[in-house]
Amino acid sequence: MPRPLISVSGLYKQYLINVPVLKDINFNIGSGEFVAIMGHSGSGKSTLMNILGCLDTATAGHYYLQDRDTATLSSDELANLRNQLIGFVFQGFNLLPRSSLLENIALPLLYAGKSKPERREKALQMLSRVGLAEFGERRPNQLSGGQQQRVAIARALVTDPKLILADEPTGNLDTQTSEDIMKIFQTMNAEQKITIILVTHEPDIAAHAQRMILVRDGQIASDTRT
Amino acid sequence: MIIGALLGEGWAAMLANRMRTLLTMLGMVFGVGAVIMMMAIGQGAELMVNESIASMGSNLFIVLSGSSSAGGTRQGSGTVPTLTLADAQAISELPQIAAVAPNIFNSAQLIYASNNWSTQVAGTTPAIIEVRDWQVVAGEGFKDSDIRAATRVLLMGQTVVKNLFGDENPVGKIVRVKNSPFLIVGILAQKGQSLDGRDQDDTVLVPITTAQRQLFGNQFPGMVRMILVKAKSAAVMAKAEQEMNDLLHTRHRIHADKDNDFSVRNLTAVAQAAASTTAAMSTMLGAIASVSLLVGGIGIMNIMLVSVTERTREIGIRMAIGAKNSDILLQFLFEAVMISLAGSFIGAALGVACAYFYSQINDTLVVVTLSSVLLAFGVAASVGVFFGFYPARKAANLKPIEALRFQ
Repeated sequence: MPRPLISVSGLYKQYLINVPVLKDINFNIGSGEFVAIMGHSGSGKSTLMNILGCLDTATAGHYYLQDRDTATLSSDELANLRNQLIGFVFQGFNLLPRSSLLENIALPLLYAGKSKPERREKALQMLSRVGLAEFGERRPNQLSGGQQQRVAIARALVTDPKLILADEPTGNLDTQTSEDIMKIFQTMNAEQKITIILVTHEPDIAAHAQRMILVRDGQIASDTRT
Repeated sequence: MIIGALLGEGWAAMLANRMRTLLTMLGMVFGVGAVIMMMAIGQGAELMVNESIASMGSNLFIVLSGSSSAGGTRQGSGTVPTLTLADAQAISELPQIAAVAPNIFNSAQLIYASNNWSTQVAGTTPAIIEVRDWQVVAGEGFKDSDIRAATRVLLMGQTVVKNLFGDENPVGKIVRVKNSPFLIVGILAQKGQSLDGRDQDDTVLVPITTAQRQLFGNQFPGMVRMILVKAKSAAVMAKAEQEMNDLLHTRHRIHADKDNDFSVRNLTAVAQAAASTTAAMSTMLGAIASVSLLVGGIGIMNIMLVSVTERTREIGIRMAIGAKNSDILLQFLFEAVMISLAGSFIGAALGVACAYFYSQINDTLVVVTLSSVLLAFGVAASVGVFFGFYPARKAANLKPIEALRFQ
């Protein structure tokens, strides 16, 4: 049996004050899983997400991503992991406001060192996959929230990552649009076997996942599969 | 390849906020413009002084007769005729001396056809051409035989030619000096103004014997007003001066406790002082102007720091999708350098234009050299790197999660 994509053991995270945000977190996530991490605000789920995304580091414990102990990696190696292996989708979309949609989608490829024609071609391809092919030269603020989130998903997928981390991706969207976005996640999980970790506090959004990890007061309260 | 892409990102950021970019650039525009203009003016002044020095002749001494005193009133140099042609001859035989031209001069009226002109007539020897680094541009100089025979020939300076002959060629013509006819054998090259502003071309040269016997008369046979002496090189100037002093002491039988009846003046030393003064001025102008470059650089640093703070979130996003610290560093550094280079380009054009206008308005010489433009560009680029580095490093050292959470 192959080693899990993600393996977390004894993870602690503590900021300056002495109350730990995360206490002794242990779990594995296998390749191709669709996991929802649930919890109230302040439960530590976002912190966990940031550590899983190599944006933040744990105070103690181990986080193995593809068998590599992330604590031992340099900041350049972490940047490479974020670039090649992970795609982020944020609640606030986090698109660059002064760049066109195509430039936004192509940006991860720029840091991967791809040539300009290659970047453009791949970005166009991703944009049409999320159904916005005709808006390539527009700026993000000329689009609706749902459209912007689809652009963000296209950006997350452009480097063909193994793992998508989505932090409250539907938090700013209405119910119908949220449903559309979740369908995209489900499709890419089913068709491309991309591992998806979804952080949310809404049960009906979490219901799209196959597994649900509930975080409460910095600890895992339950880990259930549907 | 990634470098090119990062340059593009820096360029895009520059264009995204045009007004601010332009205002930041202004510091560099004026800095580089000022440096180039000041250097052009300084180098122009240096060139003018150097030309004046060259026109005077190099490694030059003037030996003047002493002063007389009558009833306690002392007269100026040259009032006692103590120097003679024989002194000049003796000086020319000293080891460190290249050439010697004895000189007597006075002003006289010259008449040609319906024109007349008062100028300085100098009696001298053919060696004057070598001593003063002069040239005969038309005809020929006079010869030693003209000295021996005291012939009435003259060499004419450009100003005199212009006033008596206009466009006519004077060589071979007869001109009257104090009503004596003289044959014009040659024309002297233009020398322009001397350091003290005299017109060096407003003169005619005649054989010294002719001047003594036929034009000005002589209290004492063989007396000269001054002797122009050229040393063999700049390095032996001091030695040559010592030799002349010793020689004239012996020849004039002056005791050690008596005043000299002659004086030796080192003209090159005066010229060198003038040259080093202008060089110092020019350096100072450049230095003052470079302060504005520094101020421009600090302006860039200010704006870049503000920009980094403003764009913290953008930096966070870029890091989240895979930008390395070095990518962020380079992007911001390129932006700073591009702003400073673009500013210096505009500044260079402005500086050259201003220097040109300055020269037109004040009728002075300005010299814009490629090296001064390159220097200004080089300094501007270094300023961009130097002052861009701190903000860029600040951006690059942000933690991804902190940058991303920044509101």
